[in-house]
Amino acid sequence: MSWITSFFSSSIGRKVIMSLTGLFLITFLIVHLIGNLQLIAGDGGEAFNQYAYFMTTNPLIKFVSIGLYAMIVLHAYQGLVIYFKNKSAKGGKPTAKNKADVKWASKNMALLGTLILFFLIVHMGDFWFKMKFTDTIPLVTYDGWEPIKNLYQQVTITFDNPLFVVSYVFSMVVLGFHLWHGFGSGFQTLGLNHSKYNGLIDGIGKFLAIVLPIGYAIIPLYYYFVMR
Amino acid sequence: MKLTLKVWRQKNSKAKGELESYQVEASEHMSFLEMMDVLNEQLIVEKKSPIAFDHDCREGICGSCSMTINGSPHGPQSGTTTCQLHMRKFKDGDTIVVEPWRSSVFPVIKDLTVDRGAFDRIIQSGGYISVNTGQAPDGNAIPIEKDLASNAFDAAACIGCGACVAACPNGSAMLFTAAKVSHLNQLPQGKVEQTRRTASMVAQMDKEGFGMCSNVGACEAECPKEISIEHIARMNREYVASIFGGRKS
Repeated sequence: MSWITSFFSSSIGRKVIMSLTGLFLITFLIVHLIGNLQLIAGDGGEAFNQYAYFMTTNPLIKFVSIGLYAMIVLHAYQGLVIYFKNKSAKGGKPTAKNKADVKWASKNMALLGTLILFFLIVHMGDFWFKMKFTDTIPLVTYDGWEPIKNLYQQVTITFDNPLFVVSYVFSMVVLGFHLWHGFGSGFQTLGLNHSKYNGLIDGIGKFLAIVLPIGYAIIPLYYYFVMR
Repeated sequence: MKLTLKVWRQKNSKAKGELESYQVEASEHMSFLEMMDVLNEQLIVEKKSPIAFDHDCREGICGSCSMTINGSPHGPQSGTTTCQLHMRKFKDGDTIVVEPWRSSVFPVIKDLTVDRGAFDRIIQSGGYISVNTGQAPDGNAIPIEKDLASNAFDAAACIGCGACVAACPNGSAMLFTAAKVSHLNQLPQGKVEQTRRTASMVAQMDKEGFGMCSNVGACEAECPKEISIEHIARMNREYVASIFGGRKS
């Protein structure tokens, strides 16, 4: 095996991949939220639709988005490999319960991650797939623009359905727990553990784990309870 | 004090084990192992097979004792090995569940005794420094900064008992390996072989089939020597450096 493949199949190499892809996905979450908050700007979707057009046509964004899909796949794949390898390493659990002060989220990252993956599949089916590969989304024309797809309208239709609203909000709670452990854990895996900065890293992680899911959950809740 | 013990009994590595109940009369001044001795004497009188368990120094420094007591490796008292755990930590009438370390890399030999040979093989792969033999060197010949010495000593406190593996939900041995890597790599005597040591100890750890650290922190909570997962972070960055900066192999 070459040194590079042996690194990526080593325990620490796998964890480094989890960490780097995970931290990249968190930066995506921040950008995605800022973009999507235009949905509740109250301008009938003009800003959001123009932004969506830019995001789906700009060559640089297209290039980065391919990287993003690869990161999602790699993070999910590596996570599953780690889960099964760890399960077989553990063998049996003690019959008596361990009372060590360990956070529930930290022990259940694989479960939380799988739920997020299911959410992503549904979510991308709702918007990304329809936007990119179908003509089901009606067109809208703004001053000085060629007709563009009215993704905003697709969002309003989706969040008319209480089932979608509930599952989206639930998924954001799951995301919160995943980030609660994930952000700090990513730094620890990379070896970035220092008593001077640990508090800051932990604080930013918890801030993101609360603010990002709330920010996202506001959108379906706003549509269902305020806009309808 | 009267206690009910539920102890894991398993004839050999292939047998299917199960918990068996025993009644034992112990004094609160006894250590946990002395209480186990009392129970074993009782079993011998009853012409039953005594419970096999590892023990050696009984003063908390050899790393032999290895019991999961009520789900916690080395029992409920933090920073304490089983041999230094005293019965005054329990109450009269308590039911105590005693099990071996649980890890597929540590197969049960008999009852509470497990094979921790994997740790020896990790040490053999790089947990040493190469020096010429001869007279004992002067302790102050190589000046070492106090902070560095203290940090290396914190890692060197690892007694290699395997509680970290038993505590870890992933069966990972990263706290053990990291303690050894961190102890030797930080000192000038160990710096010489730093790159090769880190790479080969991690490779051996993986080869044994231990799990991967997900930074849960159960190991540092259960470690009788309270070794911090900060050492795992050091091992991780030195491993990355050893792979990307080391020789082509």
